[in-house]
Amino acid sequence: MSDTEFDVKKYIRAQFFPQMWCPGCGHGTVMGALLRAIHDLGLDNNDVSVISGIGCSSRISGYLDFNTAHTMHGRALPTATGVKLANPNLKVIVPFGDGDSTAIGGNHFIHACRRNIDITAIVMNNRIYGMTGGQYSPMSGCGVKASTAPYGVPDRSFDLMELAKGAGATFVARTTVYHAKEAQNTIKKAIEHKGFSVVEILSMCPTQFGRKNKAGEAPQMMEWYKDNTVPMGSKKLADNPDLIQRGVFVDEVAPEYCETYQENVIDKVMKKG
Amino acid sequence: MAKGKSIEHIIDKSWCKGCGICVHFCPKQVLELNSDEKAVAARPEDCIGCKLCELRCPDLAIQIIVKEGE
Repeated sequence: MSDTEFDVKKYIRAQFFPQMWCPGCGHGTVMGALLRAIHDLGLDNNDVSVISGIGCSSRISGYLDFNTAHTMHGRALPTATGVKLANPNLKVIVPFGDGDSTAIGGNHFIHACRRNIDITAIVMNNRIYGMTGGQYSPMSGCGVKASTAPYGVPDRSFDLMELAKGAGATFVARTTVYHAKEAQNTIKKAIEHKGFSVVEILSMCPTQFGRKNKAGEAPQMMEWYKDNTVPMGSKKLADNPDLIQRGVFVDEVAPEYCETYQENVIDKVMKKG
Repeated sequence: MAKGKSIEHIIDKSWCKGCGICVHFCPKQVLELNSDEKAVAARPEDCIGCKLCELRCPDLAIQIIVKEGE
């Protein structure tokens, strides 16, 4: 645990600021929560690796002063798996967007969950492809307007918590950018957890999602998360079962991939000589 | 200002993009956007040091320094 005052400049590449995200983009709030969680855990910059894919959210790796890599669209998890297997002592964190994680990288996502490799995946879910022009993603939800769905999205959306749970992730949690302190604490728990952790943080895109869906400016979109999400098991949820649940959905112990790989492959090969 | 506390508001104007999140959610209406659309602490004496603005600022532009007992 860290007992010093949080100084954001210790963790960022300040020469690249102000960052390129639009005014009011929730991704910056997620970045702040991530850095505070790392600070709370007292981790050294050299002990952390941040691997991202492509998209607005994935620009995060460039801003953080850790061991970082900005990889291909949807392929952050394979790269992170390689980094973690090569150096299991690193805390490997993969912040990516809803499209990057569940569409282009959906296959990698389910298999990383299945293997239970000790990586922290942070899904910055703004329900749209912001960078490429506001196309709808698997997380947009039925009826949402997007540049590729002017009459509203006809598809159902994924419930990422159920997806991660079903695929075998051993820590699964959801929070929002409105609940910034909760996000910080959830990320902290996820990094501490041994195994594959998925933290979905509901973020907002005022530029693409907000304008097309008349959701207002950034503060109004943040307010929406305050009004439409509810802690698991709360009385408010019992009264309003349709609200989006926040909290830790799964927190369990299962064999971790780096350890099983060491035991079942590396040790056997070394023994054989 | 809360009793026995000194609170300093450090806002990096070159990083602030004027999204207004800090202004909207400040429980004591301490912050405002100035004519350049940058956040400023217009009523610093009302600040209770909750740091909600710092936690939510997407541009990491706000730092609130709370010193106890001064």
